[in-house]
Amino acid sequence: MLTTGYPLVRSLQISFYKWSVLPTQASTFIGLDNYVRALADPQFWTSVVNAGVYLLMSVPATVALGLFFAVLLQKKMPGRTLFRVLFYIPVVTSWVVVSLLFKFLFTTDNGAVNWFITDFLSLSDHAVPWLEQRWTGLIAISLLGIWKNLGWCLVVFLASLGGVGEELYEAAALDGANAWHKFVHVTLPGIRGTLLFVLVLQVIGAFNVFPSVLLMTNGGPAGSTEVPLTYMYKQAFSFLDFGYGSAMSFILAIFIFVVSFAQFKFFGEKKEALR
Amino acid sequence: MTAISLKPKSSREADKPSRNERSKRPFNIWLLVRVAIVVCGAVMMVAPFMIMVSTSLEPNTATLPNPPHFLPQTLTSANYEEAWTENNFAGFFGNSAYVSVLTTVASVVISSMTAFAFARFDFPLKNFMFSLLLAGLMIPGIVVIVPQFVLAKSLNMLDSLEGLVFFYTAGQIAFTTFLLRAFFERVPRELDEAMTVDGAGILRKFLVLYIPLARPALATAAVFSFLGAWDEYVWALTVISDATKRTLPLGIAAFQGEHSTAWGLVFAASTLAVIPVIAVYVAGQKHLIAGITTGAVK
Repeated sequence: MLTTGYPLVRSLQISFYKWSVLPTQASTFIGLDNYVRALADPQFWTSVVNAGVYLLMSVPATVALGLFFAVLLQKKMPGRTLFRVLFYIPVVTSWVVVSLLFKFLFTTDNGAVNWFITDFLSLSDHAVPWLEQRWTGLIAISLLGIWKNLGWCLVVFLASLGGVGEELYEAAALDGANAWHKFVHVTLPGIRGTLLFVLVLQVIGAFNVFPSVLLMTNGGPAGSTEVPLTYMYKQAFSFLDFGYGSAMSFILAIFIFVVSFAQFKFFGEKKEALR
Repeated sequence: MTAISLKPKSSREADKPSRNERSKRPFNIWLLVRVAIVVCGAVMMVAPFMIMVSTSLEPNTATLPNPPHFLPQTLTSANYEEAWTENNFAGFFGNSAYVSVLTTVASVVISSMTAFAFARFDFPLKNFMFSLLLAGLMIPGIVVIVPQFVLAKSLNMLDSLEGLVFFYTAGQIAFTTFLLRAFFERVPRELDEAMTVDGAGILRKFLVLYIPLARPALATAAVFSFLGAWDEYVWALTVISDATKRTLPLGIAAFQGEHSTAWGLVFAASTLAVIPVIAVYVAGQKHLIAGITTGAVK
């Protein structure tokens, strides 16, 4: 309680102040100034747009690929457990390790990704400066997001697919349904709740993207790949502007609450099952 | 893409009724396609790690190998030795082990008690407090990082490993309590009542009945707490400034910042950091998956 309730209230309080880090100096109450400042800060908006781009590039792909591999792995096949373990390894690995690993893979000179594009596929004859530009940087960070979270989606979908009744598929087969029809009319409705759950958590996760950006591009060049959390973190802990950082995190928290609320709206009856 | 994935399934199922008289060949072809796609996916998952381990086992060079090495060309343990002895990764490893083990023990002990209270007692504001706990699950930690920092400062917990344990445990409790409560509630009331008839008190029931029955759930909670503490980076980055108190993620990240070209060293340290994770994951795989799907799948 102390560590969830208290900081929330305190966070709101700090966001109304020009907060002083040194105990000897007084913090001044400045009301909504920090919020006004955030909403007028072009760098803040760039970071929000970047998070949105990251979300659009990573979440649909992660969820679709997770479901795709879950459907493939649902039926018996040799080495099923091994595959499930392999897909899950990126999920349990520290963000620091995988971020540095992807930074290495996306290195401009002789990086593995550039080798793949220029030498293996011959798509381009010059190396792409992945992490030195805004859009390619966001693509690299999104690819890491997809790679790291895919296994989690896969495992959740696998568990959920097991709950869809076999007799529904048999009934659909009797009606002459092909695979696509079965997927759309039996599988998707059968896992609707789980699909929403995964989607909502992935969306929230996308707005919380942080260590990968910090370690791969550090928001650069010139703040062009900054996301809300890296920007907030820098304001709070590099420039020691705690009030401003808090205000930004509160704006983000409000957004996440709206998404979570939508989740509970969607779930309705599921809420009972959670208790 | 999904449509393609389902084609094999359809042919396979269409064959079902006539499988006895027909040869199994069409079925096997589709199984092969399915396995091939999954193998491709698994290779994508594993290839980066192979490059990581391979790089860590090769001598450090200023330029990266082209094409990338999935298997080391010249084997050397120099990076591991240098990381372990000269760059104090042994110390970071020890710090991480200390913090993770303490966090695991603390969060399992505390949350088993709170979960028991939520599952079997009535007290004022019980539902409200449980909702607060669930809210703690939904609020991403980083949103409250500023006030937590202020709190840690006033509790004198900056720059201390025990301080890390305190906040990691606090961060884990919401989830582990949620998990354990669901499990405790499934313990049959009759067993509980039978023990009451035999004159057992609350404490005895908790220790003799609930805890042993909840072993799988406790294992789940332990795996999550351990991995959470072992992998955590942002909070440690925020509160730890003493270089000797760094945990592994901090050590690895800081090292990369200072010498951005010594990838062999960075990956030697990364490999050392990943080994316990994979060990814990493989050992607790069943429990981990049970934990993730709690709540996701009703």
